Amino acid sequence: MIMGDQDFINTLLLTGKLAVWTTFILFVLGLPVAYLLAYKKFWLKPLVEALISMPMVLPPTVLGFYMLLAYSPQNGIGRFLEQHFNTRLAFSFNGVLIASVIFSLPFMIQPLQNGLTGIPKSFRETAYTLGKSEFTTFIRVLVPNMIPSIITAAAMTFAHCIGEFGVVIMVGGNMPGETRVASIAIYDEVQAMNYHTANQYSFILFIISLLILTLIYSINGKKTPINL
Amino acid sequence: MNENKETRDESINKSPLGDLGANCLSISITKAMLSAEGKTNLEVCSEVQDNELLCLFGHSGAGKTTLLRILAGLTKPDKGRIVFNDIVWFDSEKKINLPPQERNVGYMFQDYGLFPNMTVEKNISFGQKEKNKEEVDKLLELFDLEILKNQHPEKLSGGQKQRVALARALAAKPNVLLLDEPLSALDFDMRLALQHEIRKAHELLNTVTIMVSHDLQEVFHLASTVIMLKNGTVINEGKPADVFSEKTYCLRQRVS
Repeated sequence: MIMGDQDFINTLLLTGKLAVWTTFILFVLGLPVAYLLAYKKFWLKPLVEALISMPMVLPPTVLGFYMLLAYSPQNGIGRFLEQHFNTRLAFSFNGVLIASVIFSLPFMIQPLQNGLTGIPKSFRETAYTLGKSEFTTFIRVLVPNMIPSIITAAAMTFAHCIGEFGVVIMVGGNMPGETRVASIAIYDEVQAMNYHTANQYSFILFIISLLILTLIYSINGKKTPINL
Repeated sequence: MNENKETRDESINKSPLGDLGANCLSISITKAMLSAEGKTNLEVCSEVQDNELLCLFGHSGAGKTTLLRILAGLTKPDKGRIVFNDIVWFDSEKKINLPPQERNVGYMFQDYGLFPNMTVEKNISFGQKEKNKEEVDKLLELFDLEILKNQHPEKLSGGQKQRVALARALAAKPNVLLLDEPLSALDFDMRLALQHEIRKAHELLNTVTIMVSHDLQEVFHLASTVIMLKNGTVINEGKPADVFSEKTYCLRQRVS
């Protein structure tokens, strides 16, 4: 029973760890990408936007399948990683993390992009005429005026990641302490007819998701979100 | 006290801009644009002299704001040349197009473009090239903003916002001050009061000010020169009294 409790906690911690890392990595990557998509015109922009939105419509198994192919030591990326870093990404936490980052792209980038396009153009242009570079304008004018969008993006990514199932089971399998996150544990416990444990996981995921979505709606419902 | 005021005014007048000698902005540009009557070309060829307060006058879609944006470097003209003193801002033949950051213009947008995340004081100091709290304090005092300095823009009235935007534009000590319908969002009494502020800003800066307007009273009160635009073409240029003298009523009907 004690062992079972420890497993339960480890699974939840691993779920949290995956969601926190995914959110952090996507935030760092997502801000510049959202900036480019919001303000720059380039030839392949519709394709880039479509690729970023693909996880919204694509079955997770499709992405998971291609990720597995990419991770395989018989193929380019997998072989390179094995030869140079002695690493295999398939069925490892890092492999799941990379897949999770790719699969959560739209949940981070779309709110950030919407936040940026919602800022009046005159803010940027005023800053430029005052001699400020694009970077300074971004950090001092744009980011502080899109805090609600940043919170929405981070919360959506975190919540989506906590609920992720298909990609994790395809890429990571069900290895306790390494790739076995809560959503997979629920499936596993139900298969073993441990309904009580499945209910515990489910209830926690339900509450976390509800809290995060309530946070998002309370932020978006405010009339002057910039005061946050 | 008076002595203090004089010192203060002098110190602002003696900004590097004031010592540049005679400023001159030479404009000769063409830009395809969409006017009220369909596709047309904005064609302007003019020279704005030192201390001139030039009004761009005309109805909506005449190209006034486009010209102002072109001068600021926010919109690229198709052809032509813009030179301020000896600095080429734009030259289509030599493929020179200085970005807004390098033109040092003060641009005031119709919506004022005040940053909601900054207080009045921070908005003004953001305009400075180098931080100088004393100068921020001077600008706050000159535009009667001292008691509002810790307020955020959303708490301000239209007139107060306009004063903050003017003070911020001046904080950068711009070469040219560009004002896009600065009074359009205000009621009549407020417009009269704030015309005075615009004149003050122009005099403080001691250089070229270009302002978009479609209000005749405003033009007569403020402008030293008027360029009258219609569908992208300059139809008249000169002192307000000359431009509007004989056919004022007729033109007013036609333009506004």
